[in-house]
Amino acid sequence: MTQGTEITYREAVRESIREALLGDERVFLLGEDVGRYGGCYAVTKGLLQEFGPERIRDTPLSESGFMGAGVGAALGGMRPIVEIMTVNFSLLALDQIVNNAATIRHMSGGQFSVPLVIRMATGAGRQLAAQHSHSFECWYAHVPGLKVLVPGTIEDARFMLGMALLDPDPVIIFEHVMLYNETGILPNEAQPVPMEQAVVRRPGKDVSLITYGGSLGKVLSAASQLAGEGIEAEVLDLRCLRPLDTAAIVQTVARTHRAVVVDEGWRTGSLAGEISAIIMEQAFWQLDAPVARVCSKEVPIPYPHHLEQAALPQIPQILATVRQVLEHA
Amino acid sequence: MNTAASDKPHINRDHLLPMLADMIRIRRFEEKCAELYTQEKIRGFLHLYIGEEAVAVGIARGLAPEDAVIATYREHGHALARGISMASVMAEMYGKVTGCSRGRGGSMHLFDEKHRFFGGNAIVAGGLPMAVGLALADKMRGLARVTTCFFGEGAVAEGEFHESMNLAALWQLPVLFVCENNLYAMGTALEISESEQHIYLKARSYGIDAHAVDGMNVVDVEAAARTACSAIREGQGPKFLECKTYRFRGHSMFDTQLYRDKEEIERWQKHGPIVLLQEWMQANHMLLENDVAAIEHRVAAEVAEAVDFAESSALESETELDTDVYTPRRSQ
Ligand SMILES: Cc1ncc(C[n+]2csc(CCOP(=O)(O)OP(=O)(O)O)c2C)c(N)n1
Repeated sequence: MTQGTEITYREAVRESIREALLGDERVFLLGEDVGRYGGCYAVTKGLLQEFGPERIRDTPLSESGFMGAGVGAALGGMRPIVEIMTVNFSLLALDQIVNNAATIRHMSGGQFSVPLVIRMATGAGRQLAAQHSHSFECWYAHVPGLKVLVPGTIEDARFMLGMALLDPDPVIIFEHVMLYNETGILPNEAQPVPMEQAVVRRPGKDVSLITYGGSLGKVLSAASQLAGEGIEAEVLDLRCLRPLDTAAIVQTVARTHRAVVVDEGWRTGSLAGEISAIIMEQAFWQLDAPVARVCSKEVPIPYPHHLEQAALPQIPQILATVRQVLEHA
Repeated sequence: MNTAASDKPHINRDHLLPMLADMIRIRRFEEKCAELYTQEKIRGFLHLYIGEEAVAVGIARGLAPEDAVIATYREHGHALARGISMASVMAEMYGKVTGCSRGRGGSMHLFDEKHRFFGGNAIVAGGLPMAVGLALADKMRGLARVTTCFFGEGAVAEGEFHESMNLAALWQLPVLFVCENNLYAMGTALEISESEQHIYLKARSYGIDAHAVDGMNVVDVEAAARTACSAIREGQGPKFLECKTYRFRGHSMFDTQLYRDKEEIERWQKHGPIVLLQEWMQANHMLLENDVAAIEHRVAAEVAEAVDFAESSALESETELDTDVYTPRRSQ
């Protein structure tokens, strides 16, 4: 058994921010209620006391303004971490992210880089209804110039931020709201996997389950249930949605010849669609069955528990889809 | 319309008692909601308006049935003051199909077409531009209606606030902006979020007639609302009220309130809108012995009925999940 410490995903993220603040004077955090309130999901609790209000900077409700300030500070030699409470509110900052952060390196002919890290919560499951529950990771993964990370494990929550801060370009980190309370063992001698690599979380030979972020847990549960039926599913955790680890996607399909993509985004125009296209383009002759997708229903996420759950990818659907994909001879 | 004289509220028992009742009604409803939240009957985010009731009740007195309202996620008080039935609001909190938004919105997203209540909006400042648009529609259609938009002082830092002020003033639209300045946006105090802390001055800088009002005093709020609404109806363009108030509870049920101390809350509670009016009426011999007890009794019965209604209502079927993503078209 590996030696380690039991921590929550929330604590892992907090530790990664602490480490960054301790290790580099240029690093500072700005966002709404990150200081005095302690962070809307309590991720940054205690950091104000440790690092003071200059570096744990509470901002007014001005997403576009402080995101742009993050871009500017990055241009000006700092290493800002901008926290946006949830991806839904990031839409107010979309202009600064997409029109500025993502373009400046290329548009300036390579003169200026924007070493900015943006963190935000994403996803549904807490009955927060249609203005607090969506998954727009895919929108950001569409944009050249951005990198998009989706830590789905305690270890990634602990180490991805540090790697993102070493990157010279803007990186967005999505933390799924249902993961914050998850606990796990962080190995003492954890060896962080480079942030742009996908990782096989469970090997298998019958079907590849490709997923990321908040859906990883559901997919792993589905895979262990399938094992009980004698089906060996391989689980690929994408970890990085831009750039996508295309080689890893092709390799898993080459091993199993069948793929189901599980994605909390809406199906139309989804990452699941992009991954299916990659498989079609690069692994078509490996396939024994059409690629299948399990995505969210195409509705704004509703408030009541039963409807919210009905709107999201669930284990029974994953199981049913896998069985269907395996029926193809 | 003839303003001043006819719009002056009468400071007498008949006038004040219903306002006291309306505030108590909102207070007791929300106290029940807090209790139901701990029982997990209500889930998600629950933002209580406790301490701020005088604003919704006072402003509602200036509105006519044909006027429109847009509010925030802290909108139970506005919905009740507007006349949306308590039962349908409670059912909404339960996520039941009988709720005012079919249960789909929950606490933060109360809607009611009949009362022209265009939502609890959970994106801070998200309601302001829509209020401008509703007012624009009225102006273009020649309707003498008022659109009222409620928002917190936190919203004032958003670009949408400033864009909305400018548009409303530029186009002289019939909109009443009501800033509920409760001094905190979640844990962020006004003094660390605004370089100019007199919010009404910001509106004035756009050329909007703007005033600060004691938001704990329902009589003051009502008078300001009546004056503003009459002027708007007469075509005088947008008006702005900064109502100074305070929220007695946490931002939401998750808030541990690390950012303020108990003494501050207690100081404000002593001047809360309900005690303020009740004590004033008492001192001026406008309250009979049984008045408050009678209100409490009535309200308790209404709250109990609302809970029964919500409890016994059905959930929307999962097969209905994808209805109303788009508007159904009648086949020809
Ligand atoms: C655009 C946006 N950013 C952040 C949030 C999260 N949030 C919800 S309410 C709130 C505080 C708003 O304060 P204020 O406008 O003063 O209204 P109050 O809650 O005090 O009534 C914050 C930060 C949000 N809902 N929308």
